[in-house]
Amino acid sequence: MSQSARCDCSLITDGASCMILTKPESASKYTDMSVHIIGSGQASDTIGLYERKSLTSLNATRLAAKTAYEMANAKPQNIDLAEVHDCFTFAELMAYEDLDFCPIGEGGKLVESGETRLGGRIPVNTSGGLKAKGHPVGATGTAQAYEIYLQLTGQAGKRQVKDAQVGLTHNVGGSGATAAVHIYRSDQ
Amino acid sequence: MSTKEPFTIEQFYKFLKQQKLMAGKCLKCGKIHLPPRPLCDNCFSQEFEWVSVSGRGKLLTYTIISVAPQQFQPLTPYAVGIVQLENGLKIPGMIQGVTQEQLKIDMELTLDFGSCSSTQAWPQWTRYCFKPLTL
Repeated sequence: MSQSARCDCSLITDGASCMILTKPESASKYTDMSVHIIGSGQASDTIGLYERKSLTSLNATRLAAKTAYEMANAKPQNIDLAEVHDCFTFAELMAYEDLDFCPIGEGGKLVESGETRLGGRIPVNTSGGLKAKGHPVGATGTAQAYEIYLQLTGQAGKRQVKDAQVGLTHNVGGSGATAAVHIYRSDQ
Repeated sequence: MSTKEPFTIEQFYKFLKQQKLMAGKCLKCGKIHLPPRPLCDNCFSQEFEWVSVSGRGKLLTYTIISVAPQQFQPLTPYAVGIVQLENGLKIPGMIQGVTQEQLKIDMELTLDFGSCSSTQAWPQWTRYCFKPLTL
């Protein structure tokens, strides 16, 4: 068996992030580069891990993703890039599976295939994610949205995902007791 | 079994002190809650009865605690795991009587009440722990 070592864990970090939410018809008053939130899902689960059906899947993520995909009228294969809650290495693999980027049990294969890298089918955590960028807990969720904003408005520089139109963020709290999934579409 | 005692965590630990592992069984839908809760999370009933549960089971997963709450600091490093009991219920607990190298997923464990004999008042009781059935 393998265990989480130091580099498998996100860092205790200071940080801040923010986003401005407004009606689509008002956005042009503030910026000429806005993105649309087209799907939003949130779900909860027991906080006690021992009460959960599975230790290798977060039901809160699965439920939140279902709601968000339905609201956005989108499927996992429509997502061009994603920021997922990789608080630990294994959490990223679970996120791939729970967001239906791949079948259950095949998250590791998805990483090894290179499809989640820049240039792959679905680049994940171009920001560096929680482990590489840091995890200032309260700021992490909107920081994920900020990365998707940069990508969908073509401002991501060297890490720009080509022709990115639809992005997804996945944020988790309480070891999976809560999860939020959002889907964004570029204005172009 | 009596239904008189309240279905609280305090009562759960009082039973442990009497060397009994007790759970709350919902009288409406039959779901067994270990530890007990005052409201069934399956059918929202508040009617329960106490049922005795076997403390034998298998280790589902574990972690090693090196940075512990103050009262457990003298014990570090120690193992905490989730054990699946014979009836399928899962319960977390400290695992003692075993080295880190001997810990194995699926190893057979049994609940140990010995460490519950603290004379300290609630909620400072030492908790139950799990020990290997055989090594």
